[in-house]
Amino acid sequence: MIAIPAEIHRGEKRVATSPEVVRKLIAAGFEVTLESGAGTGANFSDDIFRGMGAAIATDAESAWAAGDLILKVRPPEFNDELGRHEIDLMSTGARLISFIWPAQHEDLLSQLAAKQATALAMDSIPRLSRAQKLDALSSMANIAGYRAVIEAAHHFGRFFSGQITAAGKVDPAKVMVIGAGVAGLAAIGAAKSLGAIVRAFDTRPEVKDQIESMDAEFLELEFEEEGSGEGGYAKVMSKEFIEAEMALFAEQAREVDVIITTALIPGKPAPKLITNAMVLSMRDGSVIVDLAAEQGGNCEETVPGKVVTRYGVHIVGYTDLPSRLASQSSQLYATNIYNLIMDMCPEKDGNIMVDMDDDVIRGATVVNQGEITWPPPAIEVSAERKPSFGGQAIKHEGKGSSDKTHDAAIGASGISRFAKSVWLPMILGGLALFGLGQVAPPSFMAHFTVFVLSCFIGYMVIWNVSATLHTPLMSVTNAISSIIILGALTQISSTSNLIYILAGIAAFITCINIVGGFSVTQRMLQMFKG
Amino acid sequence: MSPSLITVAYLASAVLFILALGGLSTNDTARRGNLFGMIGMAIAVLVTIIAFVSRNLEILIVIMLAGGAIGFILSRRVQMTQMPELVAILHSLVGLAAVLIGFATFMDSSIEYIGVEKTIHEIEIYIGICIGALTFTGSVVAYGKLSGMIGGAPLMLPARHWLNLVLFIAVVVIAVRFVGEPDHNQATMLLLAMTVIALLFGIHMVAAIGGADMPVVISMLNSYSGWAAAATGFMLSNDLLIVTGALVGSSGAILSYIMCRAMNRHFISVIAGGFGTSGGSSAGPSIEGEVQTIDTAAMADLLNAAKQVMVVPGYGMATAQAQHAIADITKTLISKGISVRYGIHPVAGRMPGHMNVLLAEAKVPYDIVFEMDEINDDFPDVDVSIVVGANDTVNPLAQEDVDSPIAGMPVLEVWKGHTTVVLKRGMAAGYAGVDNPLFVKENTRMLFGDARESLEALAQAI
Repeated sequence: MIAIPAEIHRGEKRVATSPEVVRKLIAAGFEVTLESGAGTGANFSDDIFRGMGAAIATDAESAWAAGDLILKVRPPEFNDELGRHEIDLMSTGARLISFIWPAQHEDLLSQLAAKQATALAMDSIPRLSRAQKLDALSSMANIAGYRAVIEAAHHFGRFFSGQITAAGKVDPAKVMVIGAGVAGLAAIGAAKSLGAIVRAFDTRPEVKDQIESMDAEFLELEFEEEGSGEGGYAKVMSKEFIEAEMALFAEQAREVDVIITTALIPGKPAPKLITNAMVLSMRDGSVIVDLAAEQGGNCEETVPGKVVTRYGVHIVGYTDLPSRLASQSSQLYATNIYNLIMDMCPEKDGNIMVDMDDDVIRGATVVNQGEITWPPPAIEVSAERKPSFGGQAIKHEGKGSSDKTHDAAIGASGISRFAKSVWLPMILGGLALFGLGQVAPPSFMAHFTVFVLSCFIGYMVIWNVSATLHTPLMSVTNAISSIIILGALTQISSTSNLIYILAGIAAFITCINIVGGFSVTQRMLQMFKG
Repeated sequence: MSPSLITVAYLASAVLFILALGGLSTNDTARRGNLFGMIGMAIAVLVTIIAFVSRNLEILIVIMLAGGAIGFILSRRVQMTQMPELVAILHSLVGLAAVLIGFATFMDSSIEYIGVEKTIHEIEIYIGICIGALTFTGSVVAYGKLSGMIGGAPLMLPARHWLNLVLFIAVVVIAVRFVGEPDHNQATMLLLAMTVIALLFGIHMVAAIGGADMPVVISMLNSYSGWAAAATGFMLSNDLLIVTGALVGSSGAILSYIMCRAMNRHFISVIAGGFGTSGGSSAGPSIEGEVQTIDTAAMADLLNAAKQVMVVPGYGMATAQAQHAIADITKTLISKGISVRYGIHPVAGRMPGHMNVLLAEAKVPYDIVFEMDEINDDFPDVDVSIVVGANDTVNPLAQEDVDSPIAGMPVLEVWKGHTTVVLKRGMAAGYAGVDNPLFVKENTRMLFGDARESLEALAQAI
């Protein structure tokens, strides 16, 4: 039994499911109940859900009571209307999937534990490639990035794209995006498709390719420092680096029309990157959209949740950008949750199980049957995975000083491996040749010389053969290896009948081979004429 | 004919053979190269006949014409999909000839060797026959596997590595007794005993190697047939045979190396047999997720809407004889202004370059056929990838799962494209016995059924 109550957080328009997901959940054997009006903010009416087979509960209390698995967007909070906390509405031992932010809400964890509940936090899903389809943070960041550009365009008094019109020339807007994570890349994409000139900055040099792949310009610092922290997030940089960075921003601020900042460091307040002075230096009518507003903002003038105008610059500090695109966010969030449920319900029979041996489930589970299981133990990453879109994948582990010792170790073993792989065979080969030279007669050595040199010629010639022609190569080498017929020809005139017969047979079969090999090669090469 | 003249003729042949192989570096020079090869062979054979054949010439000519006729007919009748079989059976003939010539040389008492020369001569005969014999039976078994007469699964005898070792030791022990054996009859018996062991060894060696490792096996047998010729050259003190044998031997060895590298496997482990025998074939994560199917009409829409299409053929295309159907589709799509390219994995098919030959046969222009390394970075821009009967060569597990039996094998990254359509008979695992998560990726669609029928229906629908 899955229940989806309406969100009660002020201004929250999202809902933790979508009609399509309801249909798929029911197909997977679940019963689904929604609180009446849960989807209104996202433009999903009760009737649509009913049409997909869901039951509609008339009020919040019955909706919460209806499910042993509750799906939500926001963490549970106090319901002023009912005068009760949402957790109290849960039935004992029920399960909850929602954003929880356990680090900020330790009290919630103990309340959930008291209810013998099991809670999975969508924000605590480990960032493994396998878990990308569950990654609601990325889904929301993507939407926030897109919406940030839309908000900027809304407050910006000009076109984004350049145009030449009968009424004169319009310059394209210049947009700077700071931080090229999922949100930053989404913002780059959206601003680009509106026609703006986009520049982007990130402390992690490896995202340069991603930025350039989206046709934006990567702003580079003349400074050597690696900005990748654990799990693909950025880390705190050195003082010198930050100074160089700030100089770059100050220079850009005078030039660009729109700044979108997305810089966040896990567990820290957002770094202040855009100072008063920079805002002052921007042209009137410019826009700053601060996606880090909730964590205090990247701009000194940001007021979280509000749009303010300072020195003629509009500073957008909305903290609910995904909710401002409620249909889209609900749809993606619902799909992330659906994927999580399907991971926990391999049999598709409506029964879910919380498998604490599964790294992904383990990471997401913050309370398990009344026991607080947060924070999870660190996951061992078994192999380097290729970074994918938005840098979500795990990056190299163990940066820093350990690298040096590692390299040194490789260096040492490299030398010994080199010794084994090159010198040992050479010495053995040399000894073997010496031994051979001791006993073998000159006539043999002459042939042997020819043999060894021919091997090298073969080696040189064959590497040049195009891979396309490997099959013809095999058939033609097959044909010429029938040169062995010379042996038969020298023996066929023997007076011994046995030798004569053996040689005759050998001549016969090698002739099949010679003619067959050359002729089939010719036939194939004819086709390659093109 | 003077010995120097013969040597010059042989030298000319050797040079022509080198030019023949060198010619294969580009499509334009390849046919000329083949012609050089034929001329070289003709010179060598004619000169040898003139110089050495004193009697039985008429019979020899009859024999050679008969053999040549059979070879010609074979080469004209063979279907391009059967090239691996043909090459395998031709290899077996070289091996057999090496054995016969070895025995004939052994029985030939017209030249007396003494001392070290005698020992060396005997060792040469012994090695020549040994390589020839195992090439012979190895190729016959390979032919059986390729043509489906013998099951493709690797034969897993208990203690097979020990068996190989015992056979090898036996060959060495017999060699020691054979060299210096004064009694000719006794020596003949020893030689025969070794031949039988080598024949068995050849059977066992190839029987223990599975179907998808065939590209390595074929290249390896190619190499052996060259070494057999080189050994015969030593035996007969004939430099032309030595040169040619060494050329062919190194050619086969390089091909084996390329094939092994394309599977990220060690040559030794391929030869020792069996894919994933240590890991257990069903090991590795099982796939979770839903398979999404597609029908030909929907696929036609998909292709018509695409700008860039990539075709990834595999052995399944050869078995279904689907190369002409895919070529038709290619032609139609190109005429609609859609870019179509082919991505070929080095070990796609059952022999090196197998796919290229089939596509060339179906008249797919070769400038749109690319090797894996050339196009692997382009997949993100590809709208639709069509995977025709390939499995392990497009398995993302090779990159994602370090415990997988195919871990580290370079693969075509089709999943990075927008949509992938996989044509396949059913959901069976690939040769390596590894499930393929590609089939359940969100952007993958499966088109089940015989590849040729599906593609012909698709050609109609476009």
